[in-house]
Amino acid sequence: MPQTLFEKVWNAHVVTQQPETPAILYIDLHLVHEVTSPQAFTGLRQRGLKVRRPERTVATMDHSIPTHDPSLPILDLLAAAQIKQMETNASEFGIRLYGMNSEHRGIVHVIGPELGFTQPGMTIVCGDSHTATHGAFGSLAFGIGTSEVEHVLATQCLLQRKPKTFEVRVEGSLHQGVSAKDIILALIARIGVGGGTEHVFEFTGSAIRNLTMEQRMTICNMSIEAGARAGMVAPDEVTFEYLKGREFAPKGVAWDRAVNYWKTLPSDEDATYDKSIILDASSLEPMITYGTNPGMAMKITGNVPDPANLADANQKAALNKALVYMGLNPGQSLIGKKVDVVFIGSCTNSRISDLRLAAGLLKGHKVDTNTRVMVVPGSQDVKKQAESEGLDLIFKEAGAEWREAGCSMCIAMNGDQLQPGQYAVSTSNRNFEGRQGKGGRTFLASPLTAAATAITGQITDVRNML
Amino acid sequence: MAKFTTISSTLMPLPVNDIDTDQIIPARFLKATDKNGMGDNLFADWRYNPDGSPKLDFVLNNPAFLGAKILLAGDNFGCGSSREHAPWALTGFGFRAVISTSFADIFRNNSLKNGLLPIIVDVETHKSLFDLALEAPSAEIHVDLASQTLELPDGKKVKFPIDGFSKACLLNGVDELGYILGFENEIAAFEARTR
Repeated sequence: MPQTLFEKVWNAHVVTQQPETPAILYIDLHLVHEVTSPQAFTGLRQRGLKVRRPERTVATMDHSIPTHDPSLPILDLLAAAQIKQMETNASEFGIRLYGMNSEHRGIVHVIGPELGFTQPGMTIVCGDSHTATHGAFGSLAFGIGTSEVEHVLATQCLLQRKPKTFEVRVEGSLHQGVSAKDIILALIARIGVGGGTEHVFEFTGSAIRNLTMEQRMTICNMSIEAGARAGMVAPDEVTFEYLKGREFAPKGVAWDRAVNYWKTLPSDEDATYDKSIILDASSLEPMITYGTNPGMAMKITGNVPDPANLADANQKAALNKALVYMGLNPGQSLIGKKVDVVFIGSCTNSRISDLRLAAGLLKGHKVDTNTRVMVVPGSQDVKKQAESEGLDLIFKEAGAEWREAGCSMCIAMNGDQLQPGQYAVSTSNRNFEGRQGKGGRTFLASPLTAAATAITGQITDVRNML
Repeated sequence: MAKFTTISSTLMPLPVNDIDTDQIIPARFLKATDKNGMGDNLFADWRYNPDGSPKLDFVLNNPAFLGAKILLAGDNFGCGSSREHAPWALTGFGFRAVISTSFADIFRNNSLKNGLLPIIVDVETHKSLFDLALEAPSAEIHVDLASQTLELPDGKKVKFPIDGFSKACLLNGVDELGYILGFENEIAAFEARTR
């Protein structure tokens, strides 16, 4: 029977499948961070359990850490306590931790791939919904809650109901100024924030094959914003090229054996999916959100939709509520809308290629004097690489802030946050009410759109600057 | 885990679609290292003014709905982040069940592990429950997990779906970790086979 990529990875990890019961699924790699793990370690202590496979467990600190000068103390006492707890837990349970002083520290979904932990065919979990990112390598990667973090720590397994499959086929070529971020925002705008619920996406088609690994990660990362548990891309030469030589990637004979296995993973030609959709890459434009969830997105040249045109009463109410929160009017264009902050960062768009794109546009320009522009690399390794290329100087000379690695203003837990009423163009993944700071108002967009907006201080169609 | 068998309760109506977990419990409250006290910050930004006083037009602050153990929410409840702090906040406040037409996957999984029952109803039932809550806030509905039914004040019964395993876990207070640990031999055999 022909199988999809998802089915191959799933079947290879079922420890046991009892009748009328979720499968017990083996987890190859468990990523851990400071915010969703403390109560899980407490649970282990209460039961007198150990971490079953410390060597399959990797921890970092990203959510609540400051992105200012690392020699300064952490002023938020709760964040400091949480960080200390992560250090204690890692040391007590024998887990590798990329801690405050590690030169490889960074956002969990940036360092996993960067260090070669993330590999095709793996099952990967983390107490974080953006774990979907790692599916770009053809792994089955999804976010879990803290109880499940405890289950995986103790047993290296999870009880899982088998999700359904959903092919997202993207064919054709992207126009200049249109990027991976615009593909995924266009998908979510089309199917809605619940459109992928109970499903795992597989992104296929010529447009996906032509993307780099970092671009594929951007797309898989936001699968959860359409409600899908995971997003996957079949591994290919682009994947192998990215992984080869990375610290924790297989070496020598083991590498050859791994690549031979990985080549068996792509979906069989006649495999079928429970659902499917086709997007035409050549019809896409830069996207921007106007509302308070990632599905409320439109082409940057579009007009904010009018709730009066919606038939469904609940949808009408939701759009009304969103526009009131955002301070926007039906029918208005967002081009030229003044913003207070531009945030370039997050597990969606903080990798070196994102920073190169933004720096390429900012080079020789100054950012608008009334706009705060923050550039937050996804990891200390990304930061080092950017500095070796002189990107930090471009950002600083343009008047942007060049900060230390972390989640920063994507989740606004570390003091990097919007003030009530402020507008931001952000390369992150969520424009929920208050996500970037209580009362803050977020427009999600690509790094190119963010950089163009940084220069003008108002929402800008980057295609006019290329 | 706390058992769930039956409850009788009034409804707390929150007719908003796509309520994300950032609204249920904003990220700034995730710095705790335990599960306690989350209920005080449930829906914090919708519930409190900047000075900390209650927003009187928000349903959780409406005395007519005080004591409701069932949250009646719009479509696609619990989307967004994987934070289990969301069901901790809901149960901490006193909710035992949430009714919607659909739930985000991770939220649903997290709820089931905390004795919080996600009840999926069809669009018509959903609408009639909102009508009931607004017209007769003191009317109780009865939830019986064993028979998977909601009983409305007029005696009408509505079936709701739940998979057999989750149902058994809730009815018996089964601890999933204990269940998985029971398969130690199978897990060890899997590890030996795939090494």
